[in-house]
Amino acid sequence: MKRVQSELVENVSKLLRENKVGLFIGYQDGSLPLRTSPCFVTKHEDVQRLVWNSFCANNLSVYLKSVLPGLPANGRIGILCKGCDSRSLVNLIVEKQVKREDVVIIGISCPGVVNTDRLLAHLEGKKIVDVEENDEDIVVKFDGGEERFARRDYLYESCLNCAYPTPSVYDILIRVGKHSPKPVFPDPMINEFNKKSRTERWQIFEQELSRCIRCYACRNACPNCYCKECFAEQTKPRWFGLTNEHSDVFFYHVVRILHQAGRCVDCGACVRACPENINLRLFTRVLVDEVKERFGYEPGLSLNDSSLLATFSTDDKQEFMAEAD
Amino acid sequence: MNEENRAQPFEPKIIAFLCNWCSYAGADLAGVSRFQYSTNIRVIKVPCSGRINPLYIIKALYSGVDGVLVSGCHPGDCHYISGNYFARRKFALVKRFLEYIGIEPERIQFSWVSAAEGVRFAQIIDKVTSEIRKLGPLTYFRRDTGQKGT
Repeated sequence: MKRVQSELVENVSKLLRENKVGLFIGYQDGSLPLRTSPCFVTKHEDVQRLVWNSFCANNLSVYLKSVLPGLPANGRIGILCKGCDSRSLVNLIVEKQVKREDVVIIGISCPGVVNTDRLLAHLEGKKIVDVEENDEDIVVKFDGGEERFARRDYLYESCLNCAYPTPSVYDILIRVGKHSPKPVFPDPMINEFNKKSRTERWQIFEQELSRCIRCYACRNACPNCYCKECFAEQTKPRWFGLTNEHSDVFFYHVVRILHQAGRCVDCGACVRACPENINLRLFTRVLVDEVKERFGYEPGLSLNDSSLLATFSTDDKQEFMAEAD
Repeated sequence: MNEENRAQPFEPKIIAFLCNWCSYAGADLAGVSRFQYSTNIRVIKVPCSGRINPLYIIKALYSGVDGVLVSGCHPGDCHYISGNYFARRKFALVKRFLEYIGIEPERIQFSWVSAAEGVRFAQIIDKVTSEIRKLGPLTYFRRDTGQKGT
C-alpha cells in the first residue's frame, strides 16, 4: 500500500509540475480514523496529502459535475479512479457530460474497499491510534493493543461481486496487490430476494425505505445523477409531495432507480452515503443484472458505447407485451 | 339479487396512454364501429409511446389509479420510425423493476395496437381490465391515504 501511495504521489506531482492538470481529485485521510475524504490538490507542494488505502471508498467521478464548469479554458482535471469510478466516468463521457480530453485518469486496479462501519463495530469504541495494512490484512492499533483483520472479510458487498476491478479507461495505471473477486451473475442477493413471495418483497421494500428521510444523499453521491434540475425538486409540475410519507418516499426511490437503469455500475456510493443504512443495493442491483441479461449491456466499459436507452435493437425481446386472447 | 351483486363490485380505474398515430386511432375505430369494451380506462393521448417517461407511470399509480396501460404502434410501424423501439426498452425495465419490488405485474401493461385493430383494442382493454379487477384496488402505492400494507 505504501508503494502504491508513493507511486500515486509521484505521478500526481509530475502532472501538476508539468501543468498537465490544474486540479487533481484524490483521497486524503479523513478527520476520523479508518475514513478518507476527497482531496482536491492544485499545487504540487500539496501532493503529500494524497493517500491510498482500504478506506478510499467514495466514487470520485461524482465531483466532476461540480468542478468542471469552473474549469479554465484548456484546463484539465486529474482524477483517481478505481474500477467502478472509471466506469462511472466513462458513462459520463458517453453521455457527453464530460469530455475525454478534459480528464487525465490515474487508474488503480482496485483491491476492493473496506466497510469501515463493520470494522468499527468490532472495535467497540476503542481509541484508534494507528492503522497499518498490507495486501491481506489490516492491523488496527489502539490504546492497549492491536487487532488484525482479514481485508477480504470486510469488503463491501459490491466489491465482493465486482466484475471489473481494473479501470476500463485510464491514462496511467497503478497496480495494487491481488484482488480476485469471483463475480456471480445474477447477484446472489437478488436471486434470494426473487424467491420470496410478492407480498414479502413489497414488505421488505416498504420496511427498508420507511427509514428514508429524503436527504437525497443517495442521489448526490451518484456520479450518474447529473440533471441540473432533479424531478424530485421540480415545481412545474411538482410530481409528488416533499414529505417522507411512504408514498412520497416510494415515488422518489422508484424513479431514481429507474433513472439509473443502464447507467448504474453498482459502485455502492448510494449505499455508503445513506445515513439510515438503507440497503439500496438490493433494489439498484436488480436492474444492473436485468440490463446485462436482457440487453447484454454493461455500462461504462467502452468509450464507443452508446447509452442503453438512447439506442435500440429491432430484436429486443418483448415477451412482456399484452396480447389479445 | 345474490350476495355478489349487492356488494358493489370493484371497478378499477385504469390510465391508458395511447399513441396518437396507432393506438388512439385504434380506440377511435373501436368506438365508431360500436364495439363494446370495459369502461374502466381513462385515455391520455400522447404523440408516441416513446414519449412515455416511466415517471408518468409511477405518477399515475401514485395518484390513485389501479393500473396503467401504455399502447403504441407495432414495431416497425412507428410514425416517428423508431419511437416505439426506444419505448420497448424502457417498458421492459419498468415492468421488471416494479414486479421485483412487489407490485403485481398485471397492473402495468404494454401493448401494440394499430389504427386498423379496433377489435384487438377492445379485446386488450377487456383483458387488462379483468386482470386488474381481480387484483382489487392498488392501495399501497398511492398518495398516502392512511391505508397501509398490501
